This record gives sequence, structure tokens and C-alpha cells, in this order.
Amino acid sequence: MVTHPQSSPTAAPPLLQVDGVTLSFGGVHALSGVGFDVAPGSITAVIGPNGAGKTSLFNTISGFYRPTSGHVRFKGQDITRLPTPQRAKLGLGRSFQNIALFRGMTVLDNIKLGRHAHLKSNVLDALFYLGRARREEAALRADIEERIIDFLEIDHIRHAPVSALPYGLQKRVEMARALAMQPEILLLDEPVAGMNREETEDMARFILDVREEWGITVLMVEHDMGMVMDLSDHVIVLNFGQVIAQGTPAAVQGDPEVIRAYLGSGDVGDLRRKLHASTTTQGVL
Amino acid sequence: MDWAYLFEISLTGLASGGLYALAALAFVMVYKATRVVNIAIGEMLMVGAYLFFTFSATFAFPLWIAIPAAVLGTGLLGAVIERTMIRPLLGEPPISVFMVTVGLASVLVGLVEMIWTADQRRLPEFMPNTPVMVGEAFLAPKVFYGALIAVVLIAAVLLVFRFWRGGVALRATAADPAAAYSMGINVPRVFSLAWVVSAMIAAVSGIIVGSIGGISSSMGVFGLSVLVVVIVGGLDSVLGALVGGLFIGLVEAMASTYLGGEYKLLATFIVLVLVLMIRPYGLFGTHEIERL
Repeated sequence: MVTHPQSSPTAAPPLLQVDGVTLSFGGVHALSGVGFDVAPGSITAVIGPNGAGKTSLFNTISGFYRPTSGHVRFKGQDITRLPTPQRAKLGLGRSFQNIALFRGMTVLDNIKLGRHAHLKSNVLDALFYLGRARREEAALRADIEERIIDFLEIDHIRHAPVSALPYGLQKRVEMARALAMQPEILLLDEPVAGMNREETEDMARFILDVREEWGITVLMVEHDMGMVMDLSDHVIVLNFGQVIAQGTPAAVQGDPEVIRAYLGSGDVGDLRRKLHASTTTQGVL
Repeated sequence: MDWAYLFEISLTGLASGGLYALAALAFVMVYKATRVVNIAIGEMLMVGAYLFFTFSATFAFPLWIAIPAAVLGTGLLGAVIERTMIRPLLGEPPISVFMVTVGLASVLVGLVEMIWTADQRRLPEFMPNTPVMVGEAFLAPKVFYGALIAVVLIAAVLLVFRFWRGGVALRATAADPAAAYSMGINVPRVFSLAWVVSAMIAAVSGIIVGSIGGISSSMGVFGLSVLVVVIVGGLDSVLGALVGGLFIGLVEAMASTYLGGEYKLLATFIVLVLVLMIRPYGLFGTHEIERL
């Protein structure tokens, strides 16, 4: 039923390993015993109903939350206790569900900030704009302008303030900033949420190209099933903080457990019981 | 009306406004990066002045040691305050942190009185004392040189924060701490940095203010006018701090000349009320109202 990345023909060690991760807030288990591998060079999607723990999972991987138990390994290194900025340096880039750009700055400044973790010049270099600062700035500019901005087709807005941009473009700038971090794995939290058909297709193309041309592994949370099924090599289904299925898109789509999580069981009696339960709880409230 | 006299008053007002702007910059730096309303800014400035007094008068160090030592000492105080009082309150409601800084102000006054007593003291003279003439107008030398130092320092700070990536990191942290954190920016360190730099700027303005009017344990009152400046200018706006500082300096100079010294604070606070009625977020502040 499950096609583990280890059993794939390449047999490369997983780039990211989530191993038995449990995350509780008080008595609530946001995640319980979540485990999966992300194969290098793959596009892996995490899906699940609202409140299934997808964003909690992302926040655990990028270090905003410390898991109550379990481990996160990246490139074979245990990063469970590593602070977020160090994870960024190791090559973990992410975008956010609600756009988290630096308002009041231009598109270019936002993207350049993505490279922050990798720059080394100090305050004196910068003040006199000498040596290291100048070399770093020139290299950064070339890389960002020639590769990232061209790639994401945002050349025309590079000097625009981000807060003035339409939603779809803001999402694209956020992706550009994540690419500027020179990540080995890109965590995208709902990259096409709220986008129209055309914007979604553009973004899907970018995600595929990121993998093909840049060799970056992608792990994304997404609700757009069409996109998940088209793009992903591997799909992980979360429900109530647990992995209920994982495998190829086709395998997951046919999994009865998944269908039940999304559509209910299909049993009329079951639906009736559910309705009854919800009305009684409402009555109590 | 005597135009030459008005010119002279305006110059004096702008010059003392420069000092307000400097202290306001110290306040804005902390607010912008950490969203903490530091009510103790006047008291931190006082500590800077007293440290300078100790190094230059008590230990008789030469100026070029006494001033940096006082500035570094106050910077260290800023680091200690951030680490021990502010950071543990990260994520608590703004009112709690605000109350901590109110308490901090009293603690600092108490410490100063314990160490240096509550007597008024004079700082050693270190600025030239030949009167400065701008055209026909006379300007008190201490005020002029104080304003000059303030302007140079403000310009230096602005340049550093525009072009140094630590300054860019601070702006990014101010805009979105979570995103900044995941970009590899060490947000806790940025918070520390903001407090240290703020304390150091406060120390410089304390030394200048103290050398103009003498130092005492009640010189933290200067912070009250600084608060007016930052509220008028907009709590998180550097430009607002500068314009607000000059504006309030001008208002105070006019009021005390034409209405009498006792109307100085009254005029300032009337301006504050008017500004708040028209633009509740200050002249240049971000358009968001936060409840304290």
C-alpha cells in the first residue's frame, strides 16, 4: 500500500525525515506520532482536512514549535532542537500560508533579505562599502537578478513596494524570497490558496521548474487537489494529527480511509449519528 | 514684532529640538524592533549622564575615555535590561511590558540616588564656550554644540541602519518577526541589539542634556517631553522622531518666550492633544491603533 521513498529505484537516503513527532498544546494533540520521509528531488504534498495539523507540522519542521517527542532529521542531521535561523542556514526555506512579506520594503529588498543567513560582511565593511560587503552585494545582485527574478517573471515590479502588489504577485515574491535562501528543500504552505485558475497554473509551473531546473526538493501543504495530484510524487494525508495514508497520488486517492476523512464514510447511518452528535453538543452549549 | 528676536528664539528651539530628536530616536529604535513602549527612556539617559560624571569627574579620566566608557556602560545596562526584564516577557500583553518599564524607571532613579545621592551636580565643561552667532542671532554655545553632536549622531545611526545588513535585519524584524526568523535572522539578537543601541544613544543625549542643565536624579523628566515627541511623530517612525523633536523644541521655545516659562509644558501637551485628535497614530506613524 505504501511506497516508501527508500524502496524507490534511486534508493538515496531521505533528505528530510520526520520520525514519530508528537506535538501537544496542553492536552490537545496537534500531531501524534507523525512520521514520513521526503526523498531528495521529490515533490511531496501534505494534505488533510482543515485543522488536521498541516501547518503545525510545517512549524515543527521549520523550528517554530518544539515537538513534545520525536525527531526531525535533515540531511541526516538531527535538527529537532536547532533554532530556526540555523535551519535556514542549513538549507530549509519556507513560505507562509498568510503572506509574510516585509511591508514597507521593495520587492528587491524582500528577496535580498532571503540571502541574509548566508552573508558574512560586518558593520564596518558595510559602512565603507568595501571589500567583502561590495563583493557579496555584487554576487547577490547578479544571482538574484539574473536567476530568481527572471525565473519568476517579476522583473517589472522589482522596485515596487510589496504592499501595493496584487495577491498573486505577493505570493510569487514570497517564493522568490524563499529561493534566495538557497534552500535544498522548500516548504510551501498553501502556495496557490486564493489564486485564480491562471495564477494557479503559473505557480504549478514554477514549482515543477524549481525541482527540474534548480534541483530543489519541495514539500508543500495544499488544498487544491487537482494541483496536488498533478504535481506530487508522494502524498501524505493527515487527519486529526495523524498520518492516515501516504503513497503515490493514485494510491492515496483510492484509499478508503482518505475518502472517509474527506467525504465521511458514505454510510447514511454514520452521517445520521454525526448529525445527532453535533446537535446534542450544540444543545449543551 | 521683532523678527531678529523671533529668529533667535526659533534657532534655540530647533537646537534643543535636535536633542529631543536624538532621545526620541533611542525610543523609536526599541519600539520599532520590539514593540515595547519604554517609559524609562529618560532614566536610561540619566544613567548615561551619571556614568559620564563618574568617569570624568570622580575618576578624572580624559574625555576621550570618559565618553565612550559612559556610552558603553549604558549600552551594557541596555543589554542587561533586555535580557533580564524584557525577554522573559516576550509574548505577554503589551501592558505588562509597559508596566515593567514604569517600574524600571523608579528602580533606576532609586539606584542613582543610592549611589550618587539626590543632589544636583554639574558635569565637567567640555564644549567650547565662545558664543555662536548665526547671522545676527546669538546661540548658547552648549546648545549649539549639543545640537551639532545630535545631528551628526542621528545621521550616523540612519546611515548605518540603511546600509548595514544588521539594520536591514532590524527593519525586517520590525515588519514581520516570524518571517524574519525563518529567513535566518537571529530575532532575539536583533532585540538585544535594539536595546543596546537605544541605550547608547540615550547615554549620548544624557551627557549633552546634563552638560547644559546639570544632572540630578529628577532629570528623567526630560523623558516626558521625549514621550510627547514620539507620540506626536508616530511611535514607530524615525522620520517622525526627527520632525517631532524639532517641532516640540520650537513649540517649547515659543511658549516660554511669549507666554512665560510656566506655559512651556502646557503648550507642549496642548499640541499633543491636538495631534492625537487629528492623527491618532502620530504624524508619521503606521496606521494601526494598539490598545495599551
